[in-house]
Amino acid sequence: MNYRGPLRVRIDEKPMPEILHPQDAIVRVTRSCICGSDLHLYNGSVPDTRPGMTFGHEFTGIVEQIGGEVQKLKVGDHVLVPFNIACGKCVFCQQELYGNCHESNSEATAVGAIYGYSHTAGGYDGGQAEYVRVPYADVSPTVIPDGMDPDDAVMLTDVVPTGYQAAEMAGIQPGDTVCVFGAGPVGIMAARCAWLFGAGRVIVIDCVQYRLEFARNYAPAEVYNFKELDDVVLFMKKTTDWMGADVCIDAVGAEAAGNAMQSLLGRKLLMQGGSATALHWAINSVKKGGIISIVGVYGPIDTLVPIGNVLNKGLTIRANQASVKRLLPRLIEHVQSGVLNPKALITHRVPLEYVSDAYRIFSAKLDNCIKPVLLPPSVRS
Amino acid sequence: MEKRLIDPSQVKGWGIDADPKNDPTYPMKARNNGEHKGYSWQRPTQQRGDVEVLHSNERPHLTAVFGTSTPPRGLSGLLRRFAFRYSESSYGHWLPLMAADRIGVAEGYVEDLARGHIPNVFAERGWAAEWKYNRGSLLLRIGVGVAVISAAVAYLSSDTD
Ligand SMILES: NC(=O)c1ccc[n+]([C@@H]2O[C@H](COP(=O)([O-])OP(=O)(O)OC[C@H]3O[C@@H](n4cnc5c(N)ncnc54)[C@H](O)[C@@H]3O)[C@@H](O)[C@H]2O)c1
Ligand SMILES: [Zn+2]
Ligand SMILES: [Zn+2]
Repeated sequence: MNYRGPLRVRIDEKPMPEILHPQDAIVRVTRSCICGSDLHLYNGSVPDTRPGMTFGHEFTGIVEQIGGEVQKLKVGDHVLVPFNIACGKCVFCQQELYGNCHESNSEATAVGAIYGYSHTAGGYDGGQAEYVRVPYADVSPTVIPDGMDPDDAVMLTDVVPTGYQAAEMAGIQPGDTVCVFGAGPVGIMAARCAWLFGAGRVIVIDCVQYRLEFARNYAPAEVYNFKELDDVVLFMKKTTDWMGADVCIDAVGAEAAGNAMQSLLGRKLLMQGGSATALHWAINSVKKGGIISIVGVYGPIDTLVPIGNVLNKGLTIRANQASVKRLLPRLIEHVQSGVLNPKALITHRVPLEYVSDAYRIFSAKLDNCIKPVLLPPSVRS
Repeated sequence: MEKRLIDPSQVKGWGIDADPKNDPTYPMKARNNGEHKGYSWQRPTQQRGDVEVLHSNERPHLTAVFGTSTPPRGLSGLLRRFAFRYSESSYGHWLPLMAADRIGVAEGYVEDLARGHIPNVFAERGWAAEWKYNRGSLLLRIGVGVAVISAAVAYLSSDTD
């Protein structure tokens, strides 16, 4: 996959990746997904996204080659590769903040490294390819447990841990009303996981009807289409006995629709780090003393949010890139025991060669798409 | 590590209300306060190589591993090098990078043509999928585009006579 500019991606031949560090592995990709995070790149809104780069941070694959210091992984292992590149040694990794590693992204200190996610996230080519270089191969990559469906495994590289961490950061107490903004894969998974933490009521807000239907059945959740609500915040107050939700989760991020000014400044003119409509609604819909959990991704520059209300309402804001490695043991259990069924989110299985169409289908929300997975030629024959 | 200018133990009331349980980062972070000691961990082996990697001026050196995709080059590369003289906290960093991204697109066309490849922009934009699943809206957009262009052409040609 080769990014050529906003809304333009195509398939190209590129040189084979090589071992560049003794802890590297080269992995032959077996599955790779397109993520809502890729849409920020695809739309050209992440600074230092260089034409020529290969995207893709959610992938599984077979280890083909390992560097001299790799001890745990063996050639032939089928691994799922968490989207964060983490060294395991720096103080942040030592504290299990694997999404905030300090030894993998030279270009920035405010974000850890992510495969195929612009130079602002480290300048690594990603997994929407046949082969990919995997640094620190012994730290995060995990051998897919026996009997696990590779479709479930690829969802454990990002969507499941991110949805789960969204609910975890929300500090849900038994009985809490949880409002999730966004019914993309991440929001749907966050709504599903909110129940695991004891939520008493789960509400999902989006404007894409088929996604709301999916969330309604899958999470399950009460769902509302914001295009049919005059005022989302007022609606949330009314439906919570005028208190507001106990916690709100932003699973939308920079591409949010629903407010013309935010969309103009954040998506068209790129004068802020994205359109913060969902975050704005979250801050204003939560109760006093409530918690906002942000997993929706925003750009590095300033973004307009009603910070005055955060202060006056005494809100707690918790946010991060998911720490996939930290959460994997628990989440593998949940998948194996059948509590979570992540592969059900996969609606499209697209040959890698059709990556341009897959991006369009996912980004324009065509053909009832929830989550597309790309299949390289080697797994199709 | 930086030198402390004030010795906390000499400050009146130091630590009397400290509550280690008051940790808003739990369970995201297994707090060990290691960062109080600065860059103190045993760093992984340093990746070598002659690829140009720009590093944030908010860190003292390259990270132990780094990505080598699409090194800076051409006019966009000049801008990117310039941008990295400013911190991540500065528009001087992000605005030139955004500009470089757009210039990079133009450079991409030149590169494609130079190797004899005419990029199929419609295919790259996934119009086949639009045609299949969203034909009405696609036709409408094409229609509007054609109408706007014909109106502009009509207006400009009427202006010239
Ligand atoms: N923190 C992390 O570790 C992490 C990991 C993965 C993804 N993400 C981010 O999570 C977000 C969601 O990812 P995804 O894959 O589900 O993306 P997606 O684009 O498929 O889903 C986003 C959904 O939000 C909806 N939406 C738009 N505006 C809205 C609004 N104002 N209110 C409510 N809903 C609105 C869209 O219709 C869409 O269905 C993205 O920003 C992505 O970058 C974060
Ligand atoms: Zn992702
Ligand atoms: Zn680290």
